[in-house]
Amino acid sequence: MSTLMLPVRGNYLDEGFSLWSWLSSVDHKRIAILYTISITMFFFVGGVAASLIRLNLVTPTGDFVSAETYNKLFTMHGVIMVWFFLIPSIPSTLGNFLVPLMIGARDMAFPRLNLASWYLYIGGGLFTVGALIAGGVDTGWTFYTPYSTMFSNTHVIAAAAGVFIVGFSSILTGINFIVTIHKMRAPGMTWFRLPLFIWSMYATAIIFVLATPVLAMTLFLLAIERFAGVGVFDPALGGDPLLFQHLFWFYSHPAVYVMILPAMGVASEIITCFARKNVFAYRSMAFAVLAIAVIGFLVWGHHMFVAGTSVYSSIVFSILSFLVAIPSAIKVFNWTATLYKGSIHFEAPMLYLLGFVGLFTVGGMTGLFLASLALDVHLHDTYFVIAHFHYIMVGGSVMAFLGAIHFWWPKITGRMYSDRWARFAAIVVFIGFNLTFFPQFVLGYLGMPRRYHEYPPEFQVLNVLSSAGASVLAVGYLLPLLYLLWSLKYGPRATANPWGATGLEWQTSSPPPVDNFASIPIVTAPPYQYEPPEGPHPNPSAGQKGEGSEGAVGARDGLS
Amino acid sequence: MTEAVVVDRQFDDPLQQRKASDLGMWVFLATEILFLGAMFVAYTASRIHHPEAFAIASRLTNLTLGSINTGVLLTSSLMMALSVRSTKLGLRTASIVFLLATAVLGLAFLGIKFTEYYLDWRDHLVPVIDFAHRGPHAGEIETFFYLYFFMTGVHSIHLFIGIVMVLVLAWMAWRRHYSPDYFTPVELGGLYWHLVDIVWIFLYPLLYLVSRT
Repeated sequence: MSTLMLPVRGNYLDEGFSLWSWLSSVDHKRIAILYTISITMFFFVGGVAASLIRLNLVTPTGDFVSAETYNKLFTMHGVIMVWFFLIPSIPSTLGNFLVPLMIGARDMAFPRLNLASWYLYIGGGLFTVGALIAGGVDTGWTFYTPYSTMFSNTHVIAAAAGVFIVGFSSILTGINFIVTIHKMRAPGMTWFRLPLFIWSMYATAIIFVLATPVLAMTLFLLAIERFAGVGVFDPALGGDPLLFQHLFWFYSHPAVYVMILPAMGVASEIITCFARKNVFAYRSMAFAVLAIAVIGFLVWGHHMFVAGTSVYSSIVFSILSFLVAIPSAIKVFNWTATLYKGSIHFEAPMLYLLGFVGLFTVGGMTGLFLASLALDVHLHDTYFVIAHFHYIMVGGSVMAFLGAIHFWWPKITGRMYSDRWARFAAIVVFIGFNLTFFPQFVLGYLGMPRRYHEYPPEFQVLNVLSSAGASVLAVGYLLPLLYLLWSLKYGPRATANPWGATGLEWQTSSPPPVDNFASIPIVTAPPYQYEPPEGPHPNPSAGQKGEGSEGAVGARDGLS
Repeated sequence: MTEAVVVDRQFDDPLQQRKASDLGMWVFLATEILFLGAMFVAYTASRIHHPEAFAIASRLTNLTLGSINTGVLLTSSLMMALSVRSTKLGLRTASIVFLLATAVLGLAFLGIKFTEYYLDWRDHLVPVIDFAHRGPHAGEIETFFYLYFFMTGVHSIHLFIGIVMVLVLAWMAWRRHYSPDYFTPVELGGLYWHLVDIVWIFLYPLLYLVSRT
């Protein structure tokens, strides 16, 4: 290793500057950066597809692209954004970086497996990009049969192969997280001293390992059916198209929680830090993420209310879908209670996460509309659904991802960015997002179906509003790319703990050394040690020595 | 000479390393169950849709060879378990012999399985390539045989990986890599082998025995 030749320079970024030193590194922090670069590239590819979709929808007659191209664009947007950006977004980047740091470990339990997961991700990405370059796929990201097996003349098998491969990258990440969180915690880091971000990563990992394999097998069956003309999904072959939908959503609904649970973990970390108050009701927050993960496995049927499933199963799935609202509401109420009488600071990460809470609430509440059997008949496959899940995935997950990148950027890179620009970008994203997607609720309620290349002229005003919002949103997403990259070279050096946050990752240097800590910390207190709101900014080391009241107790004092 | 136990950089001690590896394997086996579970769901749904066809088709499978294979595979699991035990007790020669016996029985299973595939091909029961069943439910019977080849094929791939793994373990045991202080790879290999075995225990009745009355 280079340590023999070079003087010990300390941080992980200085451990070698060649490309190979990155591509062969098993350091979880470097793998996190590999992931960050890769998913950012895919994010902009998926974003370009979205921009072209919105451009086409400016006019009711679909003048910009042909109907076939339009189908390929929304499929490409969906496939890339779901599997190559949203699902790996927070877990594979910040999760990879933070899980060992937050629990006081030197690395993941299986560092080589961790690197292998990135190579699988890239391998899957190459297949999918290859399918797109070769002419695209027009099935929609859901690959519904028998269209995908029998009728589509596009590159379904290559795209499905890409998703199949990238699924194994999720599985490896999930195995690593579960084992690391179980077995690698520092002395004294009990389960209820884990930061809530770790709880959310744990819940996410459970979904990764239990749901992703089902998708893999389903796509495998689909590919064989398309290739060989024999199978179990196509009614012409004696198969059952609903079977595909059951198997697909058994994965894909929990996958939605893969997107939102990490965002919830980020929200818990950032809101408590910038409210200068311990998270309200820590234990209920931890149990709520687990409850969402568990109930999330039992709600897939709500995607098929109008597909001919039995009314009794629909009733059960409807009730179970409503149940998800309970732990979700616990989280929103607890974040609000954390803010109550807090000493709130509006730095950029906090702006993003305050936006997250509001947009997630709108997205979650509109989910209840769709979980209602009768309303779903009206709203199914309309823009209402599009707006609903974009409020969760973009308003929720992407806002939280951006907030998390801003919050941990000093730790990851050792540099500070311009907070003024960052706050500006957060506001631009918030405005652009709402302008893009709120009109879509109205469009859907009025009956505009999703995935249509043209629409009746009376919907044009709302569509133009939405497209205008998309251009604002695009600016909001490009801004961080610019000022964050700028900060890498010109940003002032970050201190170990620029936000005065508690938590083990802030007790090591920025950027952290290769083995994360000079010596493995011994944990003696819960993760959140923020002093009462009327006090001065907490000194994190003093906070650690403090009395260490439970988060819930401290917050309840604040409320009384 | 027994090699000293090497602990990877991220672990504090050999015990932590072993427990992490064990848990990792168990979680991996959970993913395998879900992976194969989707296949079993596809089988179940098809059978519910076409009970008569599946009854006819399952009588066309080769019960004799299937039953012999079940015995072969169960015995291989016994050998694997004995090998893990021998390794833990430090009985190197016994461990290698049992590992080799496991691999031989695994290969015997594959040999019998491919003989069976050959007989199915001779009887024109291979979907797409050569399927010539006459009579009612021919299409659905083809679906059954598609599932039969798919499920036993996926199982055979797993078994083949297992055989390669067991041979590597035997080689490493011969190179004195394992000792009563360090036997994790053998133990994990055993867990994987038993899972592949258990999958067959479900496949055998579903494909060969169902509706044979």
